[in-house]
Amino acid sequence: MHFEFDIEAGDFSKVGYASSQLKKIMKQLVGDHKIVKRVVVALYEAEVNVVAHAYSGKVIIDINTDKIEIKVNDKGPGIPDIQLAMQEGYSTASEQVREMGFGAGMGLANIKNNTDEFYIKSEVGVGTSLTIIANLITE
Amino acid sequence: MKVLDILDKLGLELVSGKSGLDREITGGYVSDLLSDVMGNSKEGQVWVTLQTHKNVMAIASLKDLAAVILVNGFKPDDDMAKQSEEEGVPVLRTKERTYEIAGKLYELLK
Ligand SMILES: Nc1ncnc2c1ncn2[C@@H]1O[C@H](COP(=O)(O)OP(=O)(O)O)[C@@H](O)[C@H]1O
Ligand SMILES: [Mg+2]
Repeated sequence: MHFEFDIEAGDFSKVGYASSQLKKIMKQLVGDHKIVKRVVVALYEAEVNVVAHAYSGKVIIDINTDKIEIKVNDKGPGIPDIQLAMQEGYSTASEQVREMGFGAGMGLANIKNNTDEFYIKSEVGVGTSLTIIANLITE
Repeated sequence: MKVLDILDKLGLELVSGKSGLDREITGGYVSDLLSDVMGNSKEGQVWVTLQTHKNVMAIASLKDLAAVILVNGFKPDDDMAKQSEEEGVPVLRTKERTYEIAGKLYELLK
């Protein structure tokens, strides 16, 4: 199954749309599976990052019988130092974003902790691409 | 214990999301950092916060939290209350500070 969602940067009122759609779809497919909870956390944080840090983005979801693969591609400033950005607590979020309770610098860590595979590629001045993979079959 | 029970026992005011009053409570989580709640809260917890915008409901719903308690007499923004109605996740409010209400909730649930 294949789904795509667009993300508008700067518009916090729509954050979570793709994650809540994914949650509904996954619940129908696999029920109350632990993986649903985890993958929803990861996608939510990825959505927040596009809205908070980039200009526009796209979420591409592919659900197969054995795994779910999510790509979040954005056009934006990119991340100059990914290792630094991955550190919990590091954030360049604006004051306004922080006041809303976003920008704790825990987003990328939340994504990593809630997926089986997580890849991040970024080019300064171009954009950032995340690949999130969660295995549906656990042995 | 259900959301309805803490409404009575803690003297909270129901703002929105009445249809969720029979949600079962498993514990509480206190935080104003959304990523913290996203990463660390557990299904069925009551979330105590001073954040009043609609992203609170998005998170409460994604994480299957039982209810949200707003402290300091704060009121939810209109779109937060609306989403609470739509998702059936109650928003409750209190005049008390986080420390007091969290303490009482802890006593009640322990
Ligand atoms: N999509 C993105 N585009 C540009 N920068 C990003 C993106 N995602 C993350 N970052 C950078 O990485 C930092 C850490 O991200 P994260 O862990 O999600 O914390 P937060 O979003 O709370 O700042 C951000 O503050 C930002 O500098
Ligand atoms: Mg983030």
